[in-house]
Amino acid sequence: MTEKIIIAGFGGQGVLFTGQLLAYAGMMEGKHVSWIPSYGAEMRGGTAHCAVTIADEEISSPLVEEPGTVFVFNLPSLLKFAPRLKPGGMLLINSSLVKQEVKRNDLRIYSVPANQIAEKIKSAQLANLVMLGAYLKLTGVVSFHSVAASLEKTLPARRRHLLPYNRQALEEGMRLFGEPN
Amino acid sequence: MANTLFVRPETLTPDPFHYCPGCGHGIIHRLVAEVIDELGVRETTIGVASVGCSVLAYKYFNFDMQQAAHGRAPAVATGIKRVLPDRVVFTYQGDGDLASIGLAEIVHAAARGEKITVIFVNNANYGMTGGQMAPTTLPGQKTTTSPAGRSVDQAGYPIRVSEMLATLDGPAYIARVSIHNPPQIFKAKKAIRKAFETQLRGTGFTLVEVLSSCPTNWGMKPAEAFSWLEKNMLPYFPLGEYKAASGVSQDD
Amino acid sequence: MKILMKGNEAIGEAAVLAGCRYFFGYPITPQTELLEYLSRRLPEAGGVFLQAESEIAAINMVYGAAGAGARVMTSSSGPGLSLKQEGISFLAAAELPCVIVNVMRGGPGLGGIQPSQADYFQATRGGGHGDYRLPVLAPACVQEMVDLTVRAFTLADQYRTPVMILADGLLGQMMEPVELPAAPVNELPAKPWATTGCKGRQKNIINTLYLNPEELEAVNQRLQEKFAAITKKEARAEEYLVENADIIVVAFGIVARIAKEAVKVAHAQGIRAGLVRPVTLWPFPEKILAAAAARAKAVLTVEMNAGQMIEDVRLAVGNERVHFYGRMGGMVPTSKAILEQIRKIGGIVRGKYAVRPA
Ligand SMILES: Cc1ncc(C[n+]2csc(CCOP(=O)(O)OP(=O)(O)O)c2C)c(N)n1
Repeated sequence: MTEKIIIAGFGGQGVLFTGQLLAYAGMMEGKHVSWIPSYGAEMRGGTAHCAVTIADEEISSPLVEEPGTVFVFNLPSLLKFAPRLKPGGMLLINSSLVKQEVKRNDLRIYSVPANQIAEKIKSAQLANLVMLGAYLKLTGVVSFHSVAASLEKTLPARRRHLLPYNRQALEEGMRLFGEPN
Repeated sequence: MANTLFVRPETLTPDPFHYCPGCGHGIIHRLVAEVIDELGVRETTIGVASVGCSVLAYKYFNFDMQQAAHGRAPAVATGIKRVLPDRVVFTYQGDGDLASIGLAEIVHAAARGEKITVIFVNNANYGMTGGQMAPTTLPGQKTTTSPAGRSVDQAGYPIRVSEMLATLDGPAYIARVSIHNPPQIFKAKKAIRKAFETQLRGTGFTLVEVLSSCPTNWGMKPAEAFSWLEKNMLPYFPLGEYKAASGVSQDD
Repeated sequence: MKILMKGNEAIGEAAVLAGCRYFFGYPITPQTELLEYLSRRLPEAGGVFLQAESEIAAINMVYGAAGAGARVMTSSSGPGLSLKQEGISFLAAAELPCVIVNVMRGGPGLGGIQPSQADYFQATRGGGHGDYRLPVLAPACVQEMVDLTVRAFTLADQYRTPVMILADGLLGQMMEPVELPAAPVNELPAKPWATTGCKGRQKNIINTLYLNPEELEAVNQRLQEKFAAITKKEARAEEYLVENADIIVVAFGIVARIAKEAVKVAHAQGIRAGLVRPVTLWPFPEKILAAAAARAKAVLTVEMNAGQMIEDVRLAVGNERVHFYGRMGGMVPTSKAILEQIRKIGGIVRGKYAVRPA
């Protein structure tokens, strides 16, 4: 198994952190992981993104040239990364913010009203975790438990009091596609 | 001069100085050596030689020495002092080294209050490379790169290092002294001693600017050179203590 | 236990575990996380972090601290490394051990802040004035940022030389799991030559001035002997699928990993491709490369520059079979593009040499 994921949005939407969380969870499960922030020509164009690789075997190239999964948190990210998804890839759209139709019909597309759900829990800042929850349920690449444990390790001290909300956001994301576990 | 009047301090090696007749470096080396002997810190002192006529200072001082790149002695001394905070660390620099190529290093070492001592020899020109204009060359002074005399229109004005550094909060002791006659040499030694004592107390950066002569490049006899210094350099570079932290008495 | 770390931070932590307690540096992207990390970490470890007024000051502080016997490090990128070169020459001449990190960015001039390998020549040819070289280690993953940093300090002390870690902005910024050394270095090798105060011994002098040419030639000879010993003993490379390879790809650092992916895919497509990744750039692992390429029909060098390591590759295997692919200015080659080069070269040499199916 080699999962190549791009998580893209505006700066401040927690895209880099979401990727780190995923990488951390993969590491806790003994998988090979890498995390790369935007680099090269990718830096331009109003998006922040990171590329995560999770694999059972050693990762040769940590670049994500042809993602199997893309999370999009804003329109520029959709326009930039949807065309790059490999055929049959998974596109997770934060439908609270991105309304545009996707032209490709060779993708598995999931709309997640992440901001709406997040606001109900506490604040739109949790939208990234709702998206991550959805991804966990849909793929099982890493388990909810690993992500929850990673959260405990990686949340900065000043955000620790938000831990229960973070977990809840993950669970609500999962609930969209089945039972949270 | 002073060389022949006293016995050799323990802190000077028997190597004969290579300096020109009447050059101030020999006198100033001896003053530093005497102070280190008197303070009994020879075995815990690390000196930093700079690039200029005094580049070979590591041969003459009988304690551990490092030789630094041109202008960088204060940075090298910073590295040493941060590793060995209980040792006595000093630099010995000329005016080209300190006030031209190494200006950033001296200003920042002073601003950081680096607990080192700087012996700054101002001889109003670049001695080693053959008497070119220095940042301390006086207006109208002839050098090999200001043959018609330093034009302030073209080359600007000399830098008064002591005054400039004294505006900073990091220095604990800054004084300008001269060696153009024996009473001044005596005062110069006192200032150098104060600077090292201040370093030993650990209260901040210390610097003694020593006005010195360069008869060879100035094209004068040694005695003429001292008179020239007194007449021309003293008015532009007034002697005195520019900074003395509490616990250090003002010069008498 | 593994932890997830950024490359720049991994170098910092590894340095501390290797017994480095002094760091002098100046901010420049993309290595700044290293400064930031050590500004927290070194005081904790009883060491000193000092932000110098410039890269020039920083390298000369390293000179002072190394001369005082400490394990010491500095880091920078592109323009900062140019400023450090006079100091590095002095360090090499005075035989002072220290570690210098270059997290490369695109140049020339102010260039950009994106990853690059454009400082290969500067790093591997000494960089400053005078006849000298210094060991240059090129990590390709965050774990190697750790391992090679520890190694760099060992080599520095063993040979009394500055050692450079040559990384790039991508390696510096990426995160991967790392295993930190279990036992931190607490005891440093004795340095009887250091200037620590002459109590109970003759005075020590750290100096690079030799006005007598006979003496200076002798000093140079001694240095050259040391460089020859390092060349003989310390060259390292990683090899991948080189046995029976028709095409050998040569790349270092992050590019080698991207190339590895291309080599893997090429193999799956029936092209016998292999990879040699120099881990030491100086000394260049020319024997390893020459042996790996002995039966290959083509050698493809891939770099993030206009072609610098290729000169060392040619020295190792001859001009004839060597091809080049590079990106510049912060552009990162993709594995697809490298694969395309491999296929193209496969096509060229097929007529001439008959490339066999894997
Ligand atoms: C980078 C660099 N530039 C120039 C020189 C050449 N150089 C050697 S000594 C010197 C002038 C030193 O003058 P000063 O500091 O006034 O000391 P003095 O010789 O007068 O005692 C110069 C320019 C050098 N060694 N290194």
